[in-house]
Parts: sequence; C-alpha cells; structure tokens
Amino acid sequence: MPEPVLVIACGALAREIRALLSISGFRHLHLACLPASLHNRPERIPGAVRERIRAARAHYRRIFVAYGDCGTGGALDRVLEVEEVERIEGPHCYAFYSGLAAFEAGAAAEPASFYLTDFLVRQFDTLVWRGLGLDRHPELRPLYFGNYRKLVHLAQTDDAVLRAEGRRAAQRLDLAYEYRFTGYGGLADFLARAAGSGDDGAADSPVLAGHSGPGDRSPGTSDGET
Amino acid sequence: MSDGGEELDLRELDDGELVRQIQDDLYDGLQEEVAEGVNILLERGWEPYRVLTEALVEGMRIVGVDFRDGILFVPEVLLAANAMKGGMAILRPLLAETGAPTVGKMVIGTVKGDIHDIGKNLVSMMMEGAGFEVIDIGINCDVDKYLAALEEHRPEILGMSALLTTTMPYMKVVIDTMVEHGIRDDYIVLVGGAPLNEAFAEAIGADAYCRDASVAVETAKTLIARHHNRLVGARA
Repeated sequence: MPEPVLVIACGALAREIRALLSISGFRHLHLACLPASLHNRPERIPGAVRERIRAARAHYRRIFVAYGDCGTGGALDRVLEVEEVERIEGPHCYAFYSGLAAFEAGAAAEPASFYLTDFLVRQFDTLVWRGLGLDRHPELRPLYFGNYRKLVHLAQTDDAVLRAEGRRAAQRLDLAYEYRFTGYGGLADFLARAAGSGDDGAADSPVLAGHSGPGDRSPGTSDGET
Repeated sequence: MSDGGEELDLRELDDGELVRQIQDDLYDGLQEEVAEGVNILLERGWEPYRVLTEALVEGMRIVGVDFRDGILFVPEVLLAANAMKGGMAILRPLLAETGAPTVGKMVIGTVKGDIHDIGKNLVSMMMEGAGFEVIDIGINCDVDKYLAALEEHRPEILGMSALLTTTMPYMKVVIDTMVEHGIRDDYIVLVGGAPLNEAFAEAIGADAYCRDASVAVETAKTLIARHHNRLVGARA
C-alpha cells in the first residue's frame, strides 16, 4: 500500500475530486476540504489552509493543496512556501478546469464574461445570489453585474439539469448564457501527480492523468445561448 | 443600526443628533433618509463642506472600519455607498459654488482587460468626499486612455485598479510608458485591487498600494502633501 497522501481542497472541488478518486482507485489519496464559503472571503483562505496543513502534519508526510491563488494576492503561495507544500497551478478553478493558457486567452478576449463552474451553478443561490445580498437587495445587481455581458458555464460534467440551472442563473443576472464543457482539466493531472508523489511511483496513472470528465464530450465544446 | 421603532422626524433632532442619525442611515444604506438629513442641515445654514465631512465622510469612515473588521460585508458597503451618492448629488453642485477646498485632483480607471469597478467606484467616492476632484475614466482602460486623461486633466494622482491576476500586470505597462515619455515623476501613482499587494506595487514602480478606499484617501493625502513640498522645494 503506498504511503497516504493528503489533498487539502476548496470545498467547491469536493464533488469533482471524489468523482476523480472513485475513477482512479487511488485509495491512498485522502481528501480534506475547507468550507466553500471561503470563496467569498479569500483573505481568510491562507490562514485556514495553514491551520489545516499544520493539523495534518502528525498524520501525513505528503500534503498537496487544491486551491488556486483564488484572489489571495499571492498570500496563499507565501504560506505554502513556508510550509513547503505544493498547490495546483493556476489563479483559480476556472483556469485549471479550462486549461491555463486557454482560459487566459479567452478571458483577455472577452473580459465581460462571468464564470460559473458546476459547483457554482449548484450553489448559485447560496454563494452568488444570497452571498452578494441580491436576495435582500436586488437593486445591487447592476452594481455587481452591470459591466458583464454573458455568464459562461464551465461544465465539468455533461448534465442537462445543471445546464438548465446555469441558463436560469444567467437570466436572473440579466446576462447571456454560454455553455462550455471543460471536464476536469488540470485537476485530474494534479491528483495523479499527488497520488504518485509517494514511494511506489504510482504517478503515471493511465486512468486519471488527462481525464477530462464523464461522458463523451470533448473539452472545450462550447454552445452560446441567450 | 436602525432600531425599527417609530418613524423618526429628522427635523426634531438637534444638529449633533441629526449628524449621528445621518451616519446611522448611511450605515444602513438608506439613501432617501440621508438625502433628507443633508437637506435639513443645509437649511439650518451648514456649509456644504461641513455637511460632507462631518456627516457623510465620517459615516463612510465608520462603514470602512466595520468592513475591514468583518462586521459589514460587500452588499452593505455598496448600499452605504449608494446612500452617500444620494447625499453627494445634493452637495456636489453646492461645493463647486461655494469654492470648497480642493485637496488635489485624481484620474482613476480600471486597467485594460478588466471590467471590475466596485472598488474603483468606492475609492472615487471616498476621494471625492475627502475633497479631491476625481476624474473617473471608467473600465478596460488602455495606456493611451490613461495618458490622454493625464494630459487633459493634469492631476497630481493617477489611480489604477484591477481585480484579476491576469490584468494587474497591465499597470506596469502604463507606468513603463509614463517613464518612456518622461512623465512618471510628475504624478503620484496609486494602485489597488484584490490580488495586489505592497510588493507588487513596488515591483511595478507605483508609489503605493492601497488596500481599501479609506487607505487610498489617507495615502493620497500623505503623498500629495509630500508632492507639494517637493514642488515648493524645487521652486526655491
């Protein structure tokens, strides 16, 4: 049995990581998630991650962090440098799901795009609508979203129900809707690397590395809708 | 901060109570009540500048402190800002008429590729409240737009905002271009936005990183005093 490896992850990635772990069979890869609500308070992420790393030290020699920079302005990286822990590459989950270069190019070309992953589509009411106070103060919507033109749903799974929910979210924000299937993107490669960091060299999982996601769609498939 | 009790008649309050009530209403994001309070103080003969500083700016300072301390969140700050906007709409023309003191002038915009303006708008409002003339050139500003605004308005301060890690490097493009044109040292350059920090500001050659709108105001006041002293020294 390989040495256990802990992945400390944003709660917004829990479902996707569990899905990938169930496909891979990496039983030695353990998952600990921090609350996804930190998404709206990025200044609290570095401290929360540091605390979790230190609490896990007694049980794990190898720890990885599945967080992007996530708006911490480099503060998370400074914590991880001190703790000597590696994180998934990229500024946020939108980027590592999409592929870093592809996301950067797309964002530069279309700056007025608001992104949601499958998780954020599911949690739209809690994290976006109520999280931004739009349930109590719908008059704030133009202040938050007035400069956006479209909502881009970066989908990890090919799920018609989620797609409908994404479209509904776009309507509530008065934005056009675009569906873009990404699969799990860089998250799958990151987990394969974390799993392979142990002594037995299980790095090159043919099952997980490069895994895009369930279903037969190719990553990058995009359907614009309004 | 509202107690939800009987409706309050603002006219029955003395000046001190009314100022505190305006601050409370600002905190609660009550735009109409703030506007009413401002009008009453003006009717009582208060100078517009005094209404601005003692009621509105002080009220927003309290909002800023509670936001920093995690007591208020973004929606509440936006509502407070909206309420302040209501008061400013009344005071702005009067301030111009009465020749209220102007601390300095600032051109501010969000950098190219970035459409986020909540932070920038808060900074603009707080700077205006602190006596700065603010020229807001909007979002998605390229270097030509910044330089044209500097040329046209001749401010002491240039403010740049970015929310994205992918767009914040553009601030360096603007500063480098100012250096190339030999105008960098003519301006105080302040930068802000969630992914930035002091080290980044220093690395790109800005004068200061401003964590929030209150810090922006204090930093601007400090640096503009130094800027004026330097100009006086250069002329001596």
